[in-house]
Amino acid sequence: MSRRRHSDENDGGQPHKRRRTSEPIEIEDRLESLICRVGEKSTSSLESNLEGLAGVLEADLPNYKNKILRILCAVARLLPEKLTVYTTLVGLLNARNYNFGGEFVEAMIRQLKETLKSNLYSEAVYLVRFLSDLVNCHVIAAPSMVAMFENFVSVTQEEEIPQVRSDWYVYAVLSCLPWVGKELYEKKDVEMDRLLNQIDGYLKRRQKVHVPMLQVWTAEKPHPQEEFLDCLWAQVQKLKKDRWQERHILRPYIAFDSVLCEALQHNLPPFTPPAHSDEALYPMPRVVFRMFDYTDAPEGPVMPGSHSVERFVIEENLHCIIKSHWRERKTCAAQLLSYPGKNKIPLNYHIVELAQATEMLYMRLETMNTTCIDRFISWFSHHLSNFQFRWSWDDWADCLTVDLEKPKPKFVREVLEKCMRLSYHQRIVDIVPPSFSALIPAEPQYHYKYGDESSLPGYAVAIAVGNAIKNRASNEEILTTLKELPNPNQEEDDDEGDGFNPLKIDVFLQTLLHLAAKSFSHSFSALAKFHEVLKTLTESDEGKLHILRVVYEAWRNHPQMISVLVDKMIRTQIVDCAAVANWIFSPDMAHDFTRFYVWEILHSTIRKMNKHVQKIQKELEEAKDKLEKQQHKKVWKDEDEDGQLEEQIERLQEKVESAQSEQKNLFLVIFQRFIMILTEHLVRCETGSVDINTCWYKNCIERLQQIFLMHHVTIQQYMGTLENLLFTAELDHHILAVYQQFCALQL
Amino acid sequence: MSVKLNALFSDSYIDISQYRDQHFKGNRHDQEKLLKQSCTLYVGNLSFYTTEEQVYDLFSKSGDVKRIVIGLDKIKKTACGFCFVEYYTRTDAENAMRFINGTRLDDRIIRTDWDAGFKEGRQYGRGKSGGQVRDEYRQDYDPARGGYGKLAQLQRTSDVQHKF
Repeated sequence: MSRRRHSDENDGGQPHKRRRTSEPIEIEDRLESLICRVGEKSTSSLESNLEGLAGVLEADLPNYKNKILRILCAVARLLPEKLTVYTTLVGLLNARNYNFGGEFVEAMIRQLKETLKSNLYSEAVYLVRFLSDLVNCHVIAAPSMVAMFENFVSVTQEEEIPQVRSDWYVYAVLSCLPWVGKELYEKKDVEMDRLLNQIDGYLKRRQKVHVPMLQVWTAEKPHPQEEFLDCLWAQVQKLKKDRWQERHILRPYIAFDSVLCEALQHNLPPFTPPAHSDEALYPMPRVVFRMFDYTDAPEGPVMPGSHSVERFVIEENLHCIIKSHWRERKTCAAQLLSYPGKNKIPLNYHIVELAQATEMLYMRLETMNTTCIDRFISWFSHHLSNFQFRWSWDDWADCLTVDLEKPKPKFVREVLEKCMRLSYHQRIVDIVPPSFSALIPAEPQYHYKYGDESSLPGYAVAIAVGNAIKNRASNEEILTTLKELPNPNQEEDDDEGDGFNPLKIDVFLQTLLHLAAKSFSHSFSALAKFHEVLKTLTESDEGKLHILRVVYEAWRNHPQMISVLVDKMIRTQIVDCAAVANWIFSPDMAHDFTRFYVWEILHSTIRKMNKHVQKIQKELEEAKDKLEKQQHKKVWKDEDEDGQLEEQIERLQEKVESAQSEQKNLFLVIFQRFIMILTEHLVRCETGSVDINTCWYKNCIERLQQIFLMHHVTIQQYMGTLENLLFTAELDHHILAVYQQFCALQL
Repeated sequence: MSVKLNALFSDSYIDISQYRDQHFKGNRHDQEKLLKQSCTLYVGNLSFYTTEEQVYDLFSKSGDVKRIVIGLDKIKKTACGFCFVEYYTRTDAENAMRFINGTRLDDRIIRTDWDAGFKEGRQYGRGKSGGQVRDEYRQDYDPARGGYGKLAQLQRTSDVQHKF
């Protein structure tokens, strides 16, 4: 029986995009393709391609003007790495058709307003930069551009605004100067000097409390971890000192100077930055990540210094390429490697020189932020798994000479653990030298406590339960078998026996997981099959905490299994998120507290909680929309249908509130526990006159920072509660500092 | 402002392939519709020894994995070199197609493709000998996939018999 069908059979509703003679659509697609592709590899020169394209577009203006306007606006916003190619194109069009140039500028201003309203700040920067480069193409008059910059910088005079707002407007101005600084200074040097002085004053008075939280390394050597605005300012100042001579940017418009300087220029309409509103989400501040300097690339072209504007331009362009092409990894790689101007710079060091980078990161582990170490571990182990785990481990023999909790050996242990997850234990044993054996992870075996231990209380019942499970007993039968167990927690005269009984949980779960130890699937089936039993046993908070303890005890050598089991138990509501948080901070877990897998579990738990809230919120929004549509459609109201929906909305509203309450509680638990253990450590050190800066402390305080940074959007909602209940002035200043740094990020 | 610039932002790694499941219950259009919304991936060219844990770890890099079903030899009920990976969201599955497809798992380049959704019975190989069809006819020697292809193995045995 053949299942092959003709491709144009009408299979049920899929309309075919068969073109009849719909020419306009074809032409529009063609225009889009021509415009998008200009500047790509071609047999002709860029100049002749631009000339040709300008001619084609000019001819199409009468019929396709709006489409062309929209495409050009889009490439300005979405293809910033080809900025100067498109500004040149616009310049040529403006020279041929003055009105079109004017309309384009107006369209760009409208687009700029919209992107700012929509919180699309990186796109807005590209638009401003595009406009500024249009000055170089004689499309926009320099004085009007300066006026726009003046309006931007005047935001620094606004009162009661978040610093990140004025930061952005200053950044937008500064980031245009590599392109247009020279031209603006030639035409309006007095105004520009005034502008730069204002910026200087602003940068001197802005606060930088947030910086330590964002730095990758806590040490200043070998490369200072600069705040991004400070770095850009230094680069601009150096550029100014060099009289705005900038040699890196490709400027196709220079070749067309004779044509372009004949064109009439337009004035930018006066642009007032939209007022600040509560909905505005300005970009977060950043710290510039620097790893290499010119000493690292001894051969070939010289690497631009960290305060040279070339560095800024190159990094911007590489960043744009990745942002545009991340979905197509081969294209992205090709684009990065064929970066124009790559012969003038040691491109490999700007993108990444892998082996050297790995070596450098390893060497600087001691002062590296824990979150960054996490990423290094994940990346490196994944990388190794694609290269047969080959590495010159002996180069890192220095990690064997220090305490296992120190950053270097800890890093290697975590890498080997992750490598094991992607392979198997014996493989890891085989790939490292014998001297590294102390760093090899344990074999991921199950630890069944009732195996041969006939003296343990509950042993007999464990055997009975095991047999019952193998004989496919029902949930009720299992519970009955478990009833025989005494409750070490209870009063003797309590006959109910339904309360929290740690022994029941222990016996049942240890046995069940033992029987299902073969694979994840087996364990998941087991949890599903005996869901009722588990829910009964873990009704109380203590029960939930205890089940996590049992899982840990049984599978402590297989952290990956612990993670997936915890995940399943949350999803099937055997435990809740707060129980997981409490368990992680409990004394039983103190030994593993600094291990990577523990934090993977906690962050995964928080994410599940967040997704849960979002899901119900979405359901509520959809129900509300449905009701609104329904009410608009009807001529007369259908009481019943509306009533049903209203009821549903009410129920969903309650669900949302309850979920948000659970979410808030989760964060409160986590922060509270952090405060408790950190305070304990600080007090102990103080009384013992010991330095607080142990490996454990660095790890713990950075984990606290990580919670804030990774979940900042959600946490922002609960700031009031956090400040009133937890992060009060009485707190030790070391802990309070983390909270203050976080607040400073969006102030 | 809502011009999408189709010419530019291709996303070819997430396109559906030419493969259509011949046992699919429904017409081509239905199958394609499901493929375009699916959160489930078929993963091929696994070693017979690749474990569920390894698959979990690799595929978790693009998002939370909902379920993994290891492909089995229909007769022996042992792993026969493929599996299904199901995510909770389409986005996570797309990222796996973009970044994990064509990279290594257990030292082998694996291949991922959209799947219309796991149904009981689809975990079994459809080759005559119980494994995957591709292992029936291949001529090369692959120690991680049972050595020679089944047909080639039979030929070799009969060659040996003919010698005597």
